Amino acid sequence: MIYLDNAATTALRREALEAMLPLLTETFGNPSSAHAAGRRARAALDEAHETMARAMNAEAREVIFTGGGTEAINLAIKGAAWAGKAVGNQIITSAVEHHAALHTVRHLEKFGFEPVILPVDRYGRVDPDQLAAAITDRTILVTLMVANNEVGTIQPIADLVRAIRQHRGILVHLDAVQSAPYIAIDVRDLDVDLISLGAHKFEGPKGMGVLWMRHGTTILPQQQGGTQERHRRAGTENVAGAVGMATAFQLCTEERAETNKRLRRQRDRLRDAVLAVPGVELTGHLRERLPGHLSIIARDTDGVSVSLALDLDGICTSTGSACTTGSTEPSHVLTAMGYPEEEARGALRISLGRTTTDQEIARAETIIPETLGRMRAAAAAVTADPLGQEVIV
Amino acid sequence: MSERILIAMSGGVDSSVAAALVRESGAEAVGVWMRLHDVADSYSEFKKSCCSLDAADDARRVAAQLDIPFYVLNLEREFAAGVMEPFLASYLDGRTPSPCVDCNTYVKFGALLGQARRLYDCDAVATGHYARVAAPTPDQPHYRLLAGRDANKDQSYFLYGLRQDQLAHCRFPLGELTKPEVRDVARRHGLVTAEKPESQEICFVPGGDYREALRTRAGWQETPGRLIDQEGAAVGEHRGAAAYTVGQRTGLGVAFGERRYVSEIDAAANLVTLGRREDLELSAFAVEAVSFVDGRPPARDRFHAQIRIRHRAEPVPGTVHRVSSVEPDRGGRWKVELERPAWAPAPGQAAVFYDGDVVIGGGRIAARTSASRAAEGAAATPAAATPAGIA
Repeated sequence: MIYLDNAATTALRREALEAMLPLLTETFGNPSSAHAAGRRARAALDEAHETMARAMNAEAREVIFTGGGTEAINLAIKGAAWAGKAVGNQIITSAVEHHAALHTVRHLEKFGFEPVILPVDRYGRVDPDQLAAAITDRTILVTLMVANNEVGTIQPIADLVRAIRQHRGILVHLDAVQSAPYIAIDVRDLDVDLISLGAHKFEGPKGMGVLWMRHGTTILPQQQGGTQERHRRAGTENVAGAVGMATAFQLCTEERAETNKRLRRQRDRLRDAVLAVPGVELTGHLRERLPGHLSIIARDTDGVSVSLALDLDGICTSTGSACTTGSTEPSHVLTAMGYPEEEARGALRISLGRTTTDQEIARAETIIPETLGRMRAAAAAVTADPLGQEVIV
Repeated sequence: MSERILIAMSGGVDSSVAAALVRESGAEAVGVWMRLHDVADSYSEFKKSCCSLDAADDARRVAAQLDIPFYVLNLEREFAAGVMEPFLASYLDGRTPSPCVDCNTYVKFGALLGQARRLYDCDAVATGHYARVAAPTPDQPHYRLLAGRDANKDQSYFLYGLRQDQLAHCRFPLGELTKPEVRDVARRHGLVTAEKPESQEICFVPGGDYREALRTRAGWQETPGRLIDQEGAAVGEHRGAAAYTVGQRTGLGVAFGERRYVSEIDAAANLVTLGRREDLELSAFAVEAVSFVDGRPPARDRFHAQIRIRHRAEPVPGTVHRVSSVEPDRGGRWKVELERPAWAPAPGQAAVFYDGDVVIGGGRIAARTSASRAAEGAAATPAAATPAGIA
């Protein structure tokens, strides 16, 4: 099996697993307990905060561990929205955000908040001028993704943040879940208030996330209970998860430059082979994109079929985002980028990761173009005879 | 290389066992669950649990137990065109649809088989049907479709419409098994569906009320009309012709001395005719859109067969003879004359011709016209024969 769906998730790396194991066995204490067992767990948790903070040039107290990227995003958006309710009700986001953000903003609409969904260009980028024009004195939060999960496009974050900072009193949240493995975060450089991360995108454990919150920022906690994570996220901490996440993120940060260089080379090689197939085009930005990310549209095909056929050939890819219910809703990302439904149907996402080898790329370079070519021809036969009423040979 | 076989898994025990048997045979088994109609999985925090997605979950669990790949395939458009639209159109036209026949012909062994062969390099599609296919032999140059070994479960009635090329690429691993044996195989594999009860209702009409589907999907509204007796005298009012099927007894709201059944529906005139039980016993009826398993009709224009007019009804011996030879292999019109009357052959339902266990072909029972009624009157022998069972 060749795994080329690293944008969906990655395998837990061995170092992270090994760091986690003692916390799942002998060091099992509750970090809130005063006794020796509790203190040991607490020390491990504190260290995980410090490690995450170091890797982002942040302070340990600014790091909130959550049960995943989606939870971090929910906490950021809902927490900021309710905290800002007295001042205003407008939340600005973009049409290509992950559902974790987009559906959260839509949900808040039911409680009197006013979403403003910014359009994007053909490559999936938000225009800083359009963002500036959308801001009103009711705006309390802007939430944007650093890089898109489906098409890999990187937003012009510095320009977008500059546009927001022309105004006072607006919180800025960045969804860095997809970008975190590849784009360094320096919170002293980034003039933002909240950043969400998910561990399993960078070989950490699933079900672990971080919300970084600039010291002094006020949000309303979204779950009530104990005083964990400085009152911001109640519930006994997943110490092993936090340690695994921190270990993976530290290694990811140290190796980032080298990983990105290799991924870019491997991706470009695969991209050239795939784009050589007639009727196949790249989606997202050619240069401003995540290094291991290749998203395409194969015209006249159904991405679900292509991905299925590739899976039977031993290559794991996806159509854009993980979905198993057979829904045919066209991707909201490609729709926002202006692709009509019949083109968006042919979307395929191939995402490399740190562990992708050159041998795997060499095989993928043969199999994927071959399958794409075959599927384009076969799809024409299926489209011409959808109910199989011509003789099936 | 071993064969690659796609298994249409519904989440029930039969298709689960079909998958298990394909896997055991050494073939490369690939499980799919077909999403055939809209299920509530779009963004809604108040969404209800969905029975069809539960079925997909069961199919996925079984595939995992068998360690075979599993995919959800969306065939909503194909199902709408091949099954749903004809289903609704049938009722609106006063006929009783045969959606399971259409689903086999146009979806499972139409759209799905087409995709399996054309897109996924599969050799065949397997299902959990109780039926058998016999490969050609020197004496018998065609694929033959046979009833399943378990007479109680035989589903060959629903498969009569398959063409030779379709039969060549379908597999019925349960054909030689009885239902209890199928349950045993499921238990032996410890499949999560081993004890799952049979589903009875039309799979795409939740709650079993097709009138609701007519309302929501075809914009049908109740349109009261005249309820008449065999002599044409008005005896009451009905809710709209599409809400009735031939042979229906309940819900007529007319007090007679004895039971009355819907004997005829004229959708264009919005007329529903009631009859006594014996009025629905027919010995002759026309069959249209006829197809033959061999791909062409028998050499002679008149042949003997046992004719089944609904699923699991006892086939009745009779003769089938050609009325029109337009499209002689598909779509021709034939007439059936039974040796003893059958009860309530419903226009639109399949009539399938058997020679013992072998399916010869079949078609859809045609609506009766006044001309055909007069002809039948002459041919009919209203005897006290046992009426055929109702599925």
